[in-house]
Amino acid sequence: MAAMQRYSIFSLLRGALSGHRDWQPAWRAPEPKSSYDVVIVGGGGHGLAAAYYLARNHGITNVAVLERGWIGGGNTGRNTTIVRSNYLLPENQRFYEHSLKLWEGLSRDLNYNVMFSPRGVINVFHTDAQRDYWIRRHNGMRYAGIDAELLTRADLARLVPALDLSPGIRHPIVGGVIQPRGGVARHDAVAWGYARAADALGVDIIQDCEVTGIDVEAGRVTGLQTSRGPIGAGRVGLAVAGHSSRLAEMAGIRLPIETHLLTATVSEPVKPFMDKVVSVAAAHVYVSQTDKGEVLIGGTLDGYNSWSQRGSPARLEDILSAACEYFPRISRLRQLRHWAGVMDMSMDGSPIIAKLPVEGLAMTGGWCYGGFKATPASGWCLAWTLANDAPHALNAPFSLERFRTGAVLDENGAGPVAWGH
Amino acid sequence: MLLIPCPFCGDRDETEFAYGGEAGNERPADPGAATDEAWTDYLCFHDNPKGPHRELWFHRDGCRRWLTVERDTWTHELRSARLSRP
Ligand SMILES: Cc1cc2nc3c(=O)[nH]c(=O)nc-3n(C[C@H](O)[C@H](O)[C@H](O)COP(=O)(O)OP(=O)(O)OC[C@H]3O[C@@H](n4cnc5c(N)ncnc54)[C@H](O)[C@@H]3O)c2cc1C
Ligand SMILES: [Zn+2]
Repeated sequence: MAAMQRYSIFSLLRGALSGHRDWQPAWRAPEPKSSYDVVIVGGGGHGLAAAYYLARNHGITNVAVLERGWIGGGNTGRNTTIVRSNYLLPENQRFYEHSLKLWEGLSRDLNYNVMFSPRGVINVFHTDAQRDYWIRRHNGMRYAGIDAELLTRADLARLVPALDLSPGIRHPIVGGVIQPRGGVARHDAVAWGYARAADALGVDIIQDCEVTGIDVEAGRVTGLQTSRGPIGAGRVGLAVAGHSSRLAEMAGIRLPIETHLLTATVSEPVKPFMDKVVSVAAAHVYVSQTDKGEVLIGGTLDGYNSWSQRGSPARLEDILSAACEYFPRISRLRQLRHWAGVMDMSMDGSPIIAKLPVEGLAMTGGWCYGGFKATPASGWCLAWTLANDAPHALNAPFSLERFRTGAVLDENGAGPVAWGH
Repeated sequence: MLLIPCPFCGDRDETEFAYGGEAGNERPADPGAATDEAWTDYLCFHDNPKGPHRELWFHRDGCRRWLTVERDTWTHELRSARLSRP
């Protein structure tokens, strides 16, 4: 295996002088071997991160990542890229703060620019009750050592001039909160950066390889059936986001997860006018401006089980009308695209990063709306769990058993309604 | 946009309805007597097929009846809709 070609100003200069003819591919395209110590199913950010941390943190390099399409083509490439750790429950705070710290060093760690931009994530609210809730949540964060600040309307006017703060709108804004260290990252670069770094440590990344069956003998996983033939595996990690219940079913396991659609849309690019991420509580809509200048708008679920990856026009209308209400200046922008991704909605709104009731099988899933920000820590914890055959303290609370014992992590207090979180 | 064929009101937009989840997932008749296992299955462990799904819809802005609908969760084909309770 050739050593990884490191990227730097010097490699760029060398590339320029040689007419950019001798760049190496960022990762190999190997044929699958007959077996691996660990196989990860799903080449999204989570699966690729898990493979990278298995190799780097645990020295387990005889690893493959199997992806049925192309890497990063799932929700990694469909999400609105918001990264934050502004949670209320201590278990979530610890996990997402660990993730945010990994984000902060990620470009350097991977020698790949993931364009993490900690520009600040703002939530605005409209009523006294919402204000109390957000203050409580952000006070909780401060107790846990996580950055959090309360914003007045004057602060909001200064930080986000595009926001309509007038009292005449349907749900006027009375204030907000900010996590200054939150922000956005370049989604594709996260998949590519992890893939390149994992490949350099010996991991085989195998695209166009759909897993169609999980072999279990005497309660233990032994391998996988795939569209490219059977592949033996000592241990298997599932990281397939919206498809978690289908993969678990292949091993005879039922999960407390339903699959729902989440829609997002982007406008044509315009000059920079907003450098914060803003979520509006009244409408469940969140808006940011991408580095390309597009206005990126995300919304809420279609509200019924779906695998169609299309998104309901009714929901798109809700999202756009809410965005235009709070950001009137975008109302005449043309929308370039809208799309939807299949969300693995868990019954308490929190993920499952755990060993499954088949020996050697573990998963990360149940990410609901929010798994992009979790990418580094999800991969880190899945790698730990597979390497040690036991969860790390950070992911021990995210077990499958919690739904039976009652130790659920229901951040929003919405109860066991998959589309309610 | 789904057009749900309500037996009373005809084909109506999904926006008139509230979704009620998987059909046939009956609440244990005597919750006190249900085992923890049965109770958790009822609350948390539901079918999640990529394909035909039997599910409940409430015609909130119409006849205000609960419907049992068979819909394909992948193609969105609506196969049937009938009153959940006649
Ligand atoms: C519109 C939208 C907006 C979002 N916004 C945010 C946000 O702002 N912030 C945030 O934190 N999160 C957000 N999310 C959630 C986030 O995108 C996901 O939780 C996260 O990307 C899931 O993990 P992943 O990246 O590994 O998934 P994916 O990229 O979906 O990877 C899973 C992979 O598994 C593969 N796979 C599935 N079945 C098989 C099989 N049988 N065999 C082989 N491979 C298989 C798929 O092809 C896919 O590539 C959003 C999601 C959507 C859809
Ligand atoms: Zn009706």
